[in-house]
Amino acid sequence: MTDYLLYKLILVAAIFGITLLIAMYSTYFERKVAAFIQDRVGPDRAGPFGILQPLADGVKFFMKEEIIPNVSNKTLFILGPCIAMITALMAGVVIPWGGSLEINGVQYSLQIADINIGILYIFAVVSIGVYGIMIGGWASNNKFSLLGAIRASAQMISYELAMGLSIIALIMVTGTLSMKEIAAMQGGGVGSDWNMWHIVYQPVGFMIFIICAFAECNRMPFDLPETETELVGGYHTEYSSMKLGFYLFAEYINMFTSSAVMATLFFGGYNFPFMNDLGLSQNAITIIGTIGLFIKIFFFIFFFMWIRWTLPRFRYDQLMNLGWKGLIPLAILNLVITGVVMILLD
Amino acid sequence: MESLSGRSKVVVKKEMTFSERIYLPAILGGALITLRHLFRRKSTIKYPEKKREFSDVWRGQHVLKRDDKGAERCTACGLCAVSCPAEAITMTAAERKKDEEHLYREERYASKYEINMLRCIFCGLCEEACPKEAIFLTDRLVPTEFQREDFIYGKDKLVEPVDQRIDVTKRQTPDVLEFKKNKRFAHNK
Repeated sequence: MTDYLLYKLILVAAIFGITLLIAMYSTYFERKVAAFIQDRVGPDRAGPFGILQPLADGVKFFMKEEIIPNVSNKTLFILGPCIAMITALMAGVVIPWGGSLEINGVQYSLQIADINIGILYIFAVVSIGVYGIMIGGWASNNKFSLLGAIRASAQMISYELAMGLSIIALIMVTGTLSMKEIAAMQGGGVGSDWNMWHIVYQPVGFMIFIICAFAECNRMPFDLPETETELVGGYHTEYSSMKLGFYLFAEYINMFTSSAVMATLFFGGYNFPFMNDLGLSQNAITIIGTIGLFIKIFFFIFFFMWIRWTLPRFRYDQLMNLGWKGLIPLAILNLVITGVVMILLD
Repeated sequence: MESLSGRSKVVVKKEMTFSERIYLPAILGGALITLRHLFRRKSTIKYPEKKREFSDVWRGQHVLKRDDKGAERCTACGLCAVSCPAEAITMTAAERKKDEEHLYREERYASKYEINMLRCIFCGLCEEACPKEAIFLTDRLVPTEFQREDFIYGKDKLVEPVDQRIDVTKRQTPDVLEFKKNKRFAHNK
């Protein structure tokens, strides 16, 4: 029992640390990608190639004066970033970060909790995430913040529908809600047992999912809750110091988590081609698989940034049109076609 | 109506095609453009380590030249102050003493010569007006200061030191000298 607890604790701590580290370096990476796309060099003063920049930014966030507006609701003002941060970190629990390691004859799975409704859990947690933004925006008692918060909640609710519908089509294919089983189903890929990644079966579903993921993470081209040009800073206009840091951090953690979810659901998770044909030991396969998963995640994070520096922001009515008139009907159509094809194949 | 300039375009409001309406091909095209920029050569010049070369005719901080023997060329005629559109130049004239021949070239010299670098617009008219080829704009930058008073440069900062002359050949090219020989500039002699 203590062994089990210890193993889970180490796993939790490791994933917590890695998540924070990646979120930290995403900020650096984002600035670098932005700079490169705009033919600049980006931050390069703190350490070689500026790799200490996130540390400098972190120290800056901690040292800055913390301002809580007099007219704000102080409890909720502090609660906002806390919720955003906690929910962002919670989603990583059900993601299978790898197969299982065998140490001294005991199997240690690289997943914190394999709950049989993993996907529903992620959706639930991500939905709570919008409360962080809403509470923060409302408690600031500022018009810009409130507008940002309203936009955030409207946008998230609209896009969650299409996202859920696109996932239902995937679940019809897999027949399970457990993240671990979904990942395991794609095992092998090209090679001995021709289990294709789910992107092959659900390309439209993936397209809808990734568009909705952009909206859920408040990323360009759907970053209407923040819109610097219109709403100053949107829901975090009044925030300063580490509370602002928490909001920004939560955004990057969300990006990391949704990249992980996309990689797991549609791109084989920790599986890689020919994994069972190379004659590797189980531990080696697990380690390579985890590295592979992170490569996939990094690609998606890069994709998020790439799109951000390519597309301009959607207008609010365009956003709603796309969500309600474009993506939801398309997702329903995808659902129907998936069902029909499945019945025909049976 | 017929176009007079021939440059007007007829705008047709046509329905978007299906591929245009679903955005995705256009988004892909845009993404490819940004991807290409990702690998382009960066146009940044890393400033403190690497400085960009000045143009030959760059107009920076002024210098008051000395002649070959090290005597100041300026005679405090005031033409530079008159020509200055920003009224940045002031000076006080004085008469040369007996034992000061090695310091000042002519009998009259500027005992005080000040340029307010905050007023100066670096147009170079002072240089053009100067009949004695005493003032030139150089390729040096005016450094930043914390106090406004520090931007009023006196003779201590403007006159070139005897042992480290400031090169103005880039601005005093043969072309310029030839140009100044023009009758209109006969007073420059």
